[in-house]
Amino acid sequence: MAEQKKIFIEHTLFLTIVLLCGLFVKNIYYLQIMTFVGINTMLALGLNMLMGYAGQVSLGHAAFYGIGAYTTAILSTTFGFSPWIALICSVGGAVFVAFVVGLPTLKLSGYYLGMGTLGFGMIVNIVFREWSSMTGGSSGFVGIPMLEAGPILFISGKNYFFLVWTMVFLAIILCRRILSSRMGRALRSIHDGENASMAVGVNTHFLKLQIFMFSAALGAIAGFLYAHFVLFISPESFGFMVSVKMVTMVVIGGMASVWGAILGASLLTLLPEVLHSFAEYEMIIFGLILMIVMIFMPQGLTRGLLDIYEHSRKHVGKIKTGK
Amino acid sequence: MADEINPMSEEILKVSSLTKMFGGVKAQDDISFSIEQGIVCGLIGPNGAGKTTLFNMITGIYPPDEGEITFLGKNIRKIPVYKLVSAGIARTFQHVELFSSMTLLENVLVGMHVRTKSGFWGAVTRMPWVQKEEKKSVKTAEELLEFTGLTEYAHRPAGDLPVGRQKMAEIARALASQPTLLLLDEPAAGLNAVETEALGDLIQKVKQRGVTMMLVEHDMSLAMGISDKIIVLDRGKKLAEGTPREVQNNKDVMEAYLGHG
Repeated sequence: MAEQKKIFIEHTLFLTIVLLCGLFVKNIYYLQIMTFVGINTMLALGLNMLMGYAGQVSLGHAAFYGIGAYTTAILSTTFGFSPWIALICSVGGAVFVAFVVGLPTLKLSGYYLGMGTLGFGMIVNIVFREWSSMTGGSSGFVGIPMLEAGPILFISGKNYFFLVWTMVFLAIILCRRILSSRMGRALRSIHDGENASMAVGVNTHFLKLQIFMFSAALGAIAGFLYAHFVLFISPESFGFMVSVKMVTMVVIGGMASVWGAILGASLLTLLPEVLHSFAEYEMIIFGLILMIVMIFMPQGLTRGLLDIYEHSRKHVGKIKTGK
Repeated sequence: MADEINPMSEEILKVSSLTKMFGGVKAQDDISFSIEQGIVCGLIGPNGAGKTTLFNMITGIYPPDEGEITFLGKNIRKIPVYKLVSAGIARTFQHVELFSSMTLLENVLVGMHVRTKSGFWGAVTRMPWVQKEEKKSVKTAEELLEFTGLTEYAHRPAGDLPVGRQKMAEIARALASQPTLLLLDEPAAGLNAVETEALGDLIQKVKQRGVTMMLVEHDMSLAMGISDKIIVLDRGKKLAEGTPREVQNNKDVMEAYLGHG
């Protein structure tokens, strides 16, 4: 029961922080940045389930992000669907593509899986670029409608901030439920040893496929949120570099940790903003910080910060007892 | 310990003219034998005799080039590993392969995978039947840990356990799938004398539960002590088969182990 109490405290803390940020931050620029952190957290959460827990690398995950964004853009703008119906189609489409792609690709492992998913990501990006009659090609897709729910208009700012972080919270609960279930245990067992996992009766291929589809769904939701937030999308937002950024968020934040996804997404979203003042040195400093984190906290920020906390607590304890 | 194998008992595993090539080497050369319900069968032989290869074929990791394996009357060639587990074949590994970052209890719970049902939607919705299944699983897992004497380690990461305990833990995880046939690949390797004795006792206890076992073992006193039947392999061929006493007196076996006199 101690575990449940801990989770309850964590969730309360999370909701309080979100609420405080949403209510007291008035600067629209800061709210927008925090909305982006939320969208990136959604991406990192999905990829984390695949990489951190199932131990499968995907270098093409931005494809699902893009499929989500383009599906909703095309359906709600070109065909005049309600964006909420478009959301269902986005998720459905991404999950279907994940199924078709994952079926053969997830039989690969390690580097080969990395290359396979990399290729997939590139193909999808080329489709966004070249199918100009639908996607607007490389000049992008304009005129995406804003989200509405009854009297509430989700205009960029406070409303959108709350929408995104509510979705993130739901995604966190979903991930947690999966992880603490029979399916989650089987998933983690693949990470520890795929052969042993198979030998105790886990249908590893099917399970990897399932979690690949799940992470694609979260990616598509992030894409949907992105499209109706920025109201303009172009292929660059879903290219190879974005896939790499997603992987970096998961690794930096700490694999196999739900909170790591938030930390990683925050760092990779906020850092470039903070570093703007360094102008041309921005990328160098960005790279350096990532290197330093990886050298001193190879397990990622979550584990690293926890270790520092535990260490300092022991230290303080020693001083208090007078040793 | 029975000196005679009861000829009336039903055979649950039948291996006939099994052959497997690796490159140009015959890892298995025309092996045939059968295992009767409820016995402990020791599989012995010098290094490279093909014992683990045989285990890997029975558990479906790779198919034989020729020959057949029948389990409970069904040909199991081309049945994927995870389906064989649910059909009732479980195994442990020569080198411990526990899920080291997960707790021991979780390891045993993964072992119950084929005997439980809840999937993605169950996990997401947490329906009452899912919660009930989960509770029941935890209870069964705890019982198994008690059965193997590992209760005190239940909530520790499996990788932190001493080697001797890890070997026992693998047996607990394998038993969680409620196997009909349990294959133990060198269960006593790396164990000290006390632990080996405890292992022998555990195998007896498992046998009393009605589980049929095959074990590869280099510790001769253990293998001879707990087995009802011994099969001797040498360089991919079956050298002898019989009760421990018969095998000990077999001339070919002595030659294989001691060389020509």
